[in-house]
Amino acid sequence: MSILTVSGSPHVHGKMSTNKIMWNVVLALLPALLVSIYFFGWNVLLLTCASVAACLLFECLIQKYLLKGDMSTVYDGSAVVTGILLAFNVPSNLPIWILLLGALVAIGVGKMTFGGLGKNPFNPALVGRVFLFLSFPTNMAPSQWPLPHPMFGSNAVEAVTGPTSLNIMKHGIEQGEVLPNLMDMFTGAMGGSLGEISAIAVLLGGVYMLCRRIISWHIPVAFLGSAFIFAGILNLVNPTLYVSPLYHMFAGGMMLGAIFMATDMVTSPITHKGQIIFGCGCGLLTIIFRCFGSMPEGVSFAILIMNAITPLINKYVKTNKFGYTKTK
Amino acid sequence: MKTFNRGGVHPEENKLARNSKIEVFPLTKKAVVFVSQHLGAPATCLVQKGDKVKVGTLLAKAEAFICANTHSPYSGTVTKVDVATDFNGFKKPAIYIDVEGDEWEEGIDTSNDIIREITLEPKEIVDRIKDRGVVGLGGAAFPTNVKYMIPEGKKAEFLIINGVECEPYLTSDNRIMLENTEEIFIGIEIMKKALGMNNALIGIENNKPEAIRVMTEMSAKYPGTKVVPLQMKYPQGAEKQLINALTGREVPSGKLPIEVGCVVDNVGTALAIYDAVQKNRPLISNVLTYTGKSVKAENQKNLLVRVGTPLQEIIDYCGGLPEDTGKLISGGPMMGKAIMDTTAPTVKTTSSVLVMNQKEASRQKETPCIRCGKCVDACPMGLEPVLLGTLSSQQKWEEAETECVMDCIECGCCLFTCPANRPLLDMIRVGKFKVGAIRRARAQQK
Repeated sequence: MSILTVSGSPHVHGKMSTNKIMWNVVLALLPALLVSIYFFGWNVLLLTCASVAACLLFECLIQKYLLKGDMSTVYDGSAVVTGILLAFNVPSNLPIWILLLGALVAIGVGKMTFGGLGKNPFNPALVGRVFLFLSFPTNMAPSQWPLPHPMFGSNAVEAVTGPTSLNIMKHGIEQGEVLPNLMDMFTGAMGGSLGEISAIAVLLGGVYMLCRRIISWHIPVAFLGSAFIFAGILNLVNPTLYVSPLYHMFAGGMMLGAIFMATDMVTSPITHKGQIIFGCGCGLLTIIFRCFGSMPEGVSFAILIMNAITPLINKYVKTNKFGYTKTK
Repeated sequence: MKTFNRGGVHPEENKLARNSKIEVFPLTKKAVVFVSQHLGAPATCLVQKGDKVKVGTLLAKAEAFICANTHSPYSGTVTKVDVATDFNGFKKPAIYIDVEGDEWEEGIDTSNDIIREITLEPKEIVDRIKDRGVVGLGGAAFPTNVKYMIPEGKKAEFLIINGVECEPYLTSDNRIMLENTEEIFIGIEIMKKALGMNNALIGIENNKPEAIRVMTEMSAKYPGTKVVPLQMKYPQGAEKQLINALTGREVPSGKLPIEVGCVVDNVGTALAIYDAVQKNRPLISNVLTYTGKSVKAENQKNLLVRVGTPLQEIIDYCGGLPEDTGKLISGGPMMGKAIMDTTAPTVKTTSSVLVMNQKEASRQKETPCIRCGKCVDACPMGLEPVLLGTLSSQQKWEEAETECVMDCIECGCCLFTCPANRPLLDMIRVGKFKVGAIRRARAQQK
C-alpha cells in the first residue's frame, strides 16, 4: 500500500511562479536593450552584463555570509531584473567601477538590508541609481551625453555628445536649442540613459507583460495619464516655458519608469485602487520635479517617494468586499 | 455572457470523464453507513445490532430543526453500531450492515418510469423532502427542506438551479443533466410548487455545450424554467457567486441567499427531490466521478453508487489505483478534501474520487511573498488574502475579523494564483477557526 499525501485544498496550482514573473520581465526588457545596443554600441551590452553579474554576486554573497538565508532566491531572476534596470538608468559612457558600486548599493542597501526579495520598501534599482546620481553627478548627469550613432548607419564614425532632451527642456529652450523631433524620441534616436531612449521598445515590453498578466494596466496608465494631463495644463498656461506634454511622455525615463520601475510588485500597492493612486502620484511628482525642480529628471525621485507612501496606501485603500455594498 | 462580478481563476478543466455514461455500481457486501451525513445537529440512531433492515428503512431520525434523516441504502442485518473512520480520518458514529439481497421497503417506486404529475401540496412536498433525508448535493449537505421554509418577512423571488460544476475534473452533474434531464425538470417543477413560484433559472457554464443544448431543449416543455449559459470562471458554482452571476445581487455578509430573495439548489438535489417526491425514494445513492490524469481512459467513470460503499471497492472496480498515485481527493481539486483512508465508506455528498499522481500531489516550495496582489485580484469575495494570511500567522485575530476573514468561502483561488506558493488558505482557515471561536464565546457572554 502506497502512502498518500494529505494536504489542505486547493490541490492544483496555476502556472505562475516568482521565477516565471522575473524571467518574463527580463524578456520584456530585451527590446529596449537591443535598441540601446544599436544606438550606443557594444559598450551597452558590457555595462548591462557587468551590472547583472555584480547584482547576482552581491546578492549571493550577502545571502550566504550575512543573512545566511535561503540561496534559492539568488536564482529567481529578481537580481537580474535589478541589474538590467540599474544599467538602463546610466549613461553609456559611465565607467564600469561606478556602475559596480551602484549595484552594491542597489542590492546591498536597497534590497538585502531589508531582508531580501519581497521585503524592500524601495525599488532597488532606483536606490542604486539615485545613489550614483547624488554621488557622481558629473558622470551620471553630464551636460554632454553620448548621442546615438546607429551601428549600421553611414555616420557611425565616432561618438558625438550633446545635451539630452530633458536638459534642453530644462534649460535650453530659452537659449534657442531645439528638441529632437517626436519621431526620433519615440524610436530612441536621442541622447539619454541606456534603456530609456526608445519609447517604442519599452512600450513593446510593457504590452508583452500586460499580455502575460505580469503587470496590470493600472499603474502605467495612471502614471502616464496623470503626467500627460498635468504637463498639458502647464503647456496651456505657458507654452513658451513648458513644452508640449508629448515631449514629456517620450523624454527621459518616463516610459521606462512607468512601465518597468513603478510596476515593481514589491514596492507598489496591492489593490488596483491603490495602484491608480500610486500611479497618479508618480505622474504628478515627476512633472513637478521636471518643471519646477532644480534637476532635469524627476521620475526616479517620484517613484521612490511613492514607494515610501505605498504601505500607507495599502493600509487605507481597501478593496470593495463582496456582500458589503448595497445592490438593487 | 454572464458571470460573477469580481475575482475568479481559470484552472485547467480536465473533464476527462465527461463522455462516460453513468454506470450502476454493484452492491457491496459489507456496508458502513454514517448516522449523520449532513450539516447541522446530529441525527438519532434508531437501530441496534441484530436488526433486520430493508432498503429505505429509517436508520437515524432528525430531531432538531437543521438536521436530516438517514435511510438504509441496503437490505440486510445490522452487525454493529459503532464508530467508523470517514474519508478525512475523523471517527464518527456509523451503522455496519451485512448486505443480503436487495429488498426495498413498501411504498417506494423502484421503476424507471417518469412520473410527471405532481400531486402533493406545497406543505406536503417540504415534509416529504425532510422525511426522505434530502440534503444539498452541491457539497455542503445542508438539509434541503430548511431552504423551502421561507422565514417570515422574506420572499423568494428567484429559484436558482446550480448546474455550473465549475470544479475541474468533476462530471457527475454534467452526466445527470444529460441522462436524467426530464427528472431534473420535474424536480424543479416540484421546487417551484413548494415555493409558490413560476420561474426558475438554471445556470450552466459554457464548457458544457451538450448539457446546455439538452437542457434548453427540455426547457421548452417546462415554461418558466430558463437555462442561462455562463462564462466559464471558477468558483461560479459557489452559491454567492452564482446568485451574483444570474441576478446581479450580492448576498450580504453572514446572511443566507433568501436575504436577497434567492433559493439555490444543485441539479443533483433537484434529481433527489424528484426521487423523493414522485417516487418516495430516500436519498441513498448519488453519482460519483472516478477520474484523474493517470487513470486509464476506460477507467474514467461516472458511477451511481449507494451510500455506504467502501471506497476501496470503487477503486478496485475502476482497475485499482495507478502506480504513481500520490493523493486521493474527495471532491474537486480546488475545494475537495484529501482522503486519508481508502477503507472509508461514501456518504450522500461524495461527488467524486479524484486520483492525483505523485507529481501533482505535493505543493511547490514556498518562496517569499512579492506583494504582487494577484491573490487580491483573484479573490471572488473581494478580500485581501495576503493580509488575512499574515494577520492569521501573527495571531492578530481582532484585526483579521475587521478585515472580514469570516467572509472567506475557502474557494482556494488565492493559493491557486500565488506565484510564491504561499499557503494562504491554510493560514486563513486557522484565522476563520479562531475568529469563529472568539465570536461564539462573545455571543455566550451576552
